[in-house]
Amino acid sequence: MNFDVVIEKTEKLAENIYFLRLRSERISAEAVPGQFVNIKCHDGLDAFLRRPISIMRANPAEKTFDIVYMVRGKGTRILSCLECGDTADCVGPLGRGFTLPEKGERICVIGGGIGVFPLLFLLERSKDVHKTAFLGFRTRDMIVLQKDFEKVSDRLVISTDDGSFGHKGLITNPFIEYLQTEKPDRVYTCGPLPMMKAVAEACIERNIFCEVSMEQRMGCGIGACLVCVCKVRHNDDFGYERICRDGPVFSAEKIIF
Amino acid sequence: MDLSVNIAGLKLKNPIIAASGTFGFGREFSEFFDLNLMGGISVKGLTLNPRKGNAPPRIAETPAGILNSVGLQNPGVHAFIRDEIPFLRRFDTAIIANIAGNTVDDYCRIAEILSDADIDAIELNVSCPNVKEGCLMFGSTAEGISKVTAAVRRVCKKTLIVKLSPNVTDITEMAKAAEDSGADSVSLINTLLGMAIDINTKKPILGNVMGGLSGPAVKPVAVRMVYQVSKTVKIPVIGMGGISGAEDAVEFLLAGASAVMIGTAGFVNPYVWVETVEGLKRYMERHGFEKVTELTGALLD
Ligand SMILES: Cc1cc2nc3c(=O)[nH]c(=O)nc-3n(C[C@H](O)[C@H](O)[C@H](O)COP(=O)(O)OP(=O)(O)OC[C@H]3O[C@@H](n4cnc5c(N)ncnc54)[C@H](O)[C@@H]3O)c2cc1C
Ligand SMILES: Cc1cc2nc3c(=O)[nH]c(=O)nc-3n(C[C@H](O)[C@H](O)[C@H](O)COP(=O)(O)O)c2cc1C
Ligand code: FES
Repeated sequence: MNFDVVIEKTEKLAENIYFLRLRSERISAEAVPGQFVNIKCHDGLDAFLRRPISIMRANPAEKTFDIVYMVRGKGTRILSCLECGDTADCVGPLGRGFTLPEKGERICVIGGGIGVFPLLFLLERSKDVHKTAFLGFRTRDMIVLQKDFEKVSDRLVISTDDGSFGHKGLITNPFIEYLQTEKPDRVYTCGPLPMMKAVAEACIERNIFCEVSMEQRMGCGIGACLVCVCKVRHNDDFGYERICRDGPVFSAEKIIF
Repeated sequence: MDLSVNIAGLKLKNPIIAASGTFGFGREFSEFFDLNLMGGISVKGLTLNPRKGNAPPRIAETPAGILNSVGLQNPGVHAFIRDEIPFLRRFDTAIIANIAGNTVDDYCRIAEILSDADIDAIELNVSCPNVKEGCLMFGSTAEGISKVTAAVRRVCKKTLIVKLSPNVTDITEMAKAAEDSGADSVSLINTLLGMAIDINTKKPILGNVMGGLSGPAVKPVAVRMVYQVSKTVKIPVIGMGGISGAEDAVEFLLAGASAVMIGTAGFVNPYVWVETVEGLKRYMERHGFEKVTELTGALLD
């Protein structure tokens, strides 16, 4: 569960967006799409909590797994200084992942910003299905891993908020349009809350299986401290469930946005 | 080497205990290490009925610490007895039931129910800063502490620990009130009320606006309070607040604690409890202590 992993490869994919390839036999063997690792940034007392980052790809044969993160604050800035050969202290793989599709199904993924990364892992692990990916970014310069997504999807639709690449505006627009003529068997979404809410509502309305991957500030990352919760339906009432343990992937019907 | 301690009847194989609310009911951390290695576990704060807790976000990272505003989310005392005690009893470690209520009556009911359950001690949480009613209301005055401690004492058949809040003017008065009203022990400190603001959104980070500060940032305050309290009361003191390893634990023992609890540090190092036990042994060896009880209050001042 808790491993010192060696950094095999680092790459700056875009301004403030970094790729890391990490070596861990256990994590690479056990990871499933939707799960995350909880990384310690350094040994100091500033930014001392672990940072949760989704697993973007796992390659058990090579004993490696990949993550991509955006530098937002102190912790991720410290992470961005890691170099090949350094070790990082990771807990994982953690959380409940996506329900994988069955052979012959048609699936759709809708990702926004840093939410696209776990969806790449899902697409790579979804075999013998028809895959459409809708990805939204802020601007052209923030588009990352386009080639990787092209390789594992039958159709890739990209939008940017400013129209500098692909559709202009929210990625939910081309997705909702797609739903006018198509009915996918499964829809998976990860990204900003308003985006996931719109996707979830569109799917629930049309009775389409939909899973969302939630995000929240975490403490322990393993289910013991109850700080990382989201609001969910419990019959006629509501309750709070742990994103780190009961999620991060939840059935869309369950979430109270 | 003897690491065992006896806190007014509560027997611990070593003085390292998991702090309430940071360790759930032990299930998650049992995937990391053998719970048999711990002195005891103070479980998530229990209320009479299930509680949903506060709206998220419930955590904010601050320099060398965290603020939390969980608000006592728990399944209620009955579900604890039914679903969690059987699991915890698979391990040879003391079970401390941390309890909270809105009224004196609530506290008594829970203590009564737990007195017939298979647990080792009750920790009266009169210091949770994250709920609107009860709890800290009792813990912030000596009268409140006396009232709830005396009432619970009458129905409680287990070792009774009163957990004190640092959000008071004079913590020794609170400890004295607990002792005089029948507490077997006091534990301290609970979290310090604090707040953090996101300057970009201009909103508080925590859904509940304010929260409790824990972690290394609070340690000097906690050591000072343990020192003052152990000079004031005769009952054993359990110290906590910012402990991240054996060196910190020893500091609390020297200041007068008979045992210590560790919480927040486990979020970063899931093995902190067992590593602290091992480090404590090394310290004792190096400094010629045979029994861990010799460390308690061994401060040269
Ligand atoms: C399950 C999960 C998967 C994630 N996967 C990825 C990923 O693949 N790539 C990526 O770039 N980011 C991902 N994130 C978001 C990432 O965890 C945060 O961006 C990161 O923790 C910010 O840390 P910081 O030190 O840069 O920011 P700071 O603002 O300095 O962090 C302060 C505290 O707030 C927490 N925090 C701040 N923003 C977030 C956030 N959005 N979500 C959760 N905690 C936050 C930090 O962990 C830290 O405890 C994921 C989050 C979760 C919960
Ligand atoms: C997330 C979280 C939840 C907590 N819940 C409880 C609780 O239910 N009851 C209680 O008495 N104390 C609770 N506490 C306080 C701790 O038990 C402890 O007093 C405090 O965190 C200081 O110790 P530390 O710095 O080692 O964490 C909680 C603390 C944290 C961080
Ligand atoms: S972060 Fe502790 S329960 Fe999820």
